[in-house]
Amino acid sequence: MIVIKGGLVLTPGGMVAADVAIEDGRIVDIAPDIEAVGEVVEASGCYVGPGLVDLHVHTREPGQEWKETIASASQAAVAGGFTAIVAMPNTTPAIDAGHMARFVTDRGRQAGLCLVAPAGAISLGRQGEHLAHLDEMWEAGVRIFTDDGDTVKDAGLLRHAMEYLVGRGGIIAQHAEDPGLARGGQMHEGSVSARLGMRGLPAAAEEIIIARDLALVRLTGCRYHVQHVSTAGSVELVRSAKEQGLPVTAEVTPHSLTFDHEMVMTMDPDFKMYPPLRTQADIEALRAGLISGVIDAVATDHAPHAVAECEVPFEEAPRGVIGLETALAAVMAAVGPDPELLFERMSIAPARIAGLERHGNRLEVGQPANLCVIDPAREWEASGFRSLSLNSPWKGQTMRGQVVSTIFEGRQVHQLVNS
Amino acid sequence: MTKHLLTTVGMERAELEGLLDSANEFSAVLQRAIPKVPALQGLTVATLFFEASTRTRLSFERAAKALSADVMSFAPSTSSLSKGESLKDTALTLKAMGADIMVVRHGATGAPWRVAEWTDCPVVNGGDGAHQHPTQALLDSLTIRNHFGKLDGLRIGIVGDIRHSRVARSDLYAFAALGAEVTLIAPPTLLPLDVTGWPVKVSTDLDEVLPELDVVYLLRVQIERGGSTVFPSLPEYVTGYGLTLERFSRLHPDAVVMHPGPMNRGVEIAPEIADHPRSLVLDQVTAGVAVRMAVLFQLGTGLVKS
Repeated sequence: MIVIKGGLVLTPGGMVAADVAIEDGRIVDIAPDIEAVGEVVEASGCYVGPGLVDLHVHTREPGQEWKETIASASQAAVAGGFTAIVAMPNTTPAIDAGHMARFVTDRGRQAGLCLVAPAGAISLGRQGEHLAHLDEMWEAGVRIFTDDGDTVKDAGLLRHAMEYLVGRGGIIAQHAEDPGLARGGQMHEGSVSARLGMRGLPAAAEEIIIARDLALVRLTGCRYHVQHVSTAGSVELVRSAKEQGLPVTAEVTPHSLTFDHEMVMTMDPDFKMYPPLRTQADIEALRAGLISGVIDAVATDHAPHAVAECEVPFEEAPRGVIGLETALAAVMAAVGPDPELLFERMSIAPARIAGLERHGNRLEVGQPANLCVIDPAREWEASGFRSLSLNSPWKGQTMRGQVVSTIFEGRQVHQLVNS
Repeated sequence: MTKHLLTTVGMERAELEGLLDSANEFSAVLQRAIPKVPALQGLTVATLFFEASTRTRLSFERAAKALSADVMSFAPSTSSLSKGESLKDTALTLKAMGADIMVVRHGATGAPWRVAEWTDCPVVNGGDGAHQHPTQALLDSLTIRNHFGKLDGLRIGIVGDIRHSRVARSDLYAFAALGAEVTLIAPPTLLPLDVTGWPVKVSTDLDEVLPELDVVYLLRVQIERGGSTVFPSLPEYVTGYGLTLERFSRLHPDAVVMHPGPMNRGVEIAPEIADHPRSLVLDQVTAGVAVRMAVLFQLGTGLVKS
């Protein structure tokens, strides 16, 4: 038995002051003043809600275990309040067949801290030429298909993948970056790239691909998810597609909600990512889109790189930053501490997109016990990461809002040690 | 705090003029029978050139030796770079061997800043990516100042591949701080995408601007940049932006021509102009040694052990 005492609980009827009792992997009681027996989680002043769900994590396993493993990513995830993560398929080799997807699932189970749901590649080897083994992966439980890291640039291939998946309800998730416009780009194309003399990725590189793909969604009817939306123009494309009733969803990263391209003036590789940090106007559009629901979910695009790989000039640094352990505090700083909004965008909506029925549910008696306890006022320093990598743009900063406890399938898999 | 020379952005007029005055004193030293002073005796200047460059490296080494410093030279073709040693380890290794000042040239923007952070040595940016090349800006400023007496009110046109040019990005800030009026002139594909806040005017029409210029500063052009074609052909570039004899004849009679080298004779500059008395190209090279002496002296003088 675990009893969570004194928190504000996200229930189907809204936030309610109550205790939560958990036994045999399920929520067995939500009521005031439950007797404190067994494991007690002190939650006064805290939000108690469904465990967070991240649609976009690079677990690096197999192939780049010096950056991260499924086990270390799981540790970082639960420290950040996540009970489910979707593992991107750009591993070495890529997750493009059933046995590869099962490998990821199995390694996640072995780690045993959270659900690790594999995403599958759209094309064989992520080469953008032939369809990957979509059927096999579907049978292995894959629901999201993406060549993330690269864009599927061949519209004909993408159309076939959409046609193939539409009947099953699978989702095509796109990393939208036109290769011609993005060529050699190191950062957002604008005033800062001009000053630094670095090649830029214009906003149009992202928007062109989204606009093209939306035409394919109209053609095929396939569910389509835009990964890490980064520009105001992309938000507008998604808004208008939803208005037309297209089956489209979108995610935004915590770093895109927080930092603008001026940060690249530091030439610190912790500010290098694709899509790149954009302008203040983009940040405002992304925040507004997340609040209104045009953007359905926050996804970290957690992309670990080893310290030595980042001790290089900006242009030689690998792309991406870690984000699992800082996501919640970053989102709270960006859009405020409203618990309904946080749980909706960081748990409920991403769980529905990924088809994870046991996750992202408002707390009710009988539900599987996948939840997290958040202290919205607690300040902490972003350091001592569980991730094997340190490439965080928040490194060393004081953040507000921290996960006190994470419970996965009825077990407390993370507990904040009071320091 | 360790002092570096990394960028001309934000350099003030007094600081620039101090360096130029000091450079002129060192120019006098270079005219002596024994062109050497013991100013940095006992110090070691390391040149870390991760990009092929002969003239800039030689110029720095000549400057260091004229100040009686010792020189360590690192170049990729003869180095452990081929063994995969990182920039960080290379810099730390040279520091451990006794380098006191580092001169860094690198193809990636910001590399000299990283070396400064890792080694805590004074670092001179010898050119990073398409970003900055501050000693070039100083030597160009000195060349112009020595020719015209001052930069105030001069109209300087920088012509060519501005978008990919660290020379342009460095020069424009120094020229503007010293009182000149700078115009960037290039076809649209070679102009920076956003010059908000830059102290410059921008034009795509060389012929229109040409008669007003006191200095025509030509940049080297390359038709291929990062795998994309930035203009249709070299002859078309010459037609629009090459300094031909015909264009030269329309310049103000006191106007001069400059180029950071190496020149594409017959492309951005007609061969006859390159060798014309109103070409300051070789004055620039000479000024380079004196300016680099001034910079190394300024960074090194506090380090000399008495």
